[in-house]
Amino acid sequence: MSGNIRLNGEDQPWSDQTLRDLVAGAGVDLDKGGLAIARNGEVVPRADWAQTRLEPNDSIEIVHIVRGG
Amino acid sequence: MDAKVATNSLVIAGKSFSSRLMIGTSRYPNQQIMMDAIEASGAEIVTVAVRRVSLEAGGEGLFDLLGDRFHLLPNTAGCFTARDAVLTAELAREALGTNWVKLEVIGDDETLFPDVEQLLRGAEELVAKGFIVLPYCNDDPITCKKLEDIGCAAVMPLAAPIGSGMGIRNPYNLRIIREKVSVPVIVDAGVGTASDAAVALELGCDGILLNSAVAGARDPVKMARAMRLGIEAGRLAFEAGRIPRKLYATASTPVDGAIEL
Repeated sequence: MSGNIRLNGEDQPWSDQTLRDLVAGAGVDLDKGGLAIARNGEVVPRADWAQTRLEPNDSIEIVHIVRGG
Repeated sequence: MDAKVATNSLVIAGKSFSSRLMIGTSRYPNQQIMMDAIEASGAEIVTVAVRRVSLEAGGEGLFDLLGDRFHLLPNTAGCFTARDAVLTAELAREALGTNWVKLEVIGDDETLFPDVEQLLRGAEELVAKGFIVLPYCNDDPITCKKLEDIGCAAVMPLAAPIGSGMGIRNPYNLRIIREKVSVPVIVDAGVGTASDAAVALELGCDGILLNSAVAGARDPVKMARAMRLGIEAGRLAFEAGRIPRKLYATASTPVDGAIEL
């Protein structure tokens, strides 16, 4: 299989890895509080990050808590 | 404050708060001033936002900084559709472990007025998914009533556009809203200074959510304290009951026994 995934709005080549690998590879501190991930418009609970394998054309959003009004 | 003249507490979705002020975390000169201002405001509920990690803007560690001490209320700011707002609320629930959400679905960037149709749809979905929904809405009694009927835990009408500091532009609508709904009415947006907050509470509104008026003041910490006092004064006055307005004077000093020449 080959193809791309979309990570926070940017295309990047797909590779066979878990969500947890992807997040760690993106330089995000996994132990930090206030993080959440959506895959194709659905929230993936933190406990499932290590079991969720990426598939080509997945759209991933990694978000965290920031200042707001 | 003397306990005998304390104001009643604010209850939202069965949770009791002694402060009637909710404060935002955006646009302070720096983090220390933000922390001092939140402290001075006495607020227990503090609003935050959800954004992509790469779009980091001074939010590093915000959860760890505030999470233990305050009731964090995530917003759905920047969402234009019910769909975006629902996913944002779900991400916030996962990130913060709270099912409370300040639901914001805006219609355009210039006014930041709510898109009522999308707001109602988003509120319906989120209530069905078990969220405690606090919707930012227009100062429109009909919309507020619909939001209450959907099952929102409060309604949060704007007093004026977000960040405008224009104060209470339509006090009569706020009074009608207060009379027509039974959930708490929180004035969200438009408050510019302490007297605006006092007026809203005197009208019977149950609380204030603000950010810019404090963060943008010359001295945010002093303004936070002023807002706290304004809200307390306004609530006390509301609970005490103001005298009726009359066109002509009524002597406060007894006239009996006055000398006659």
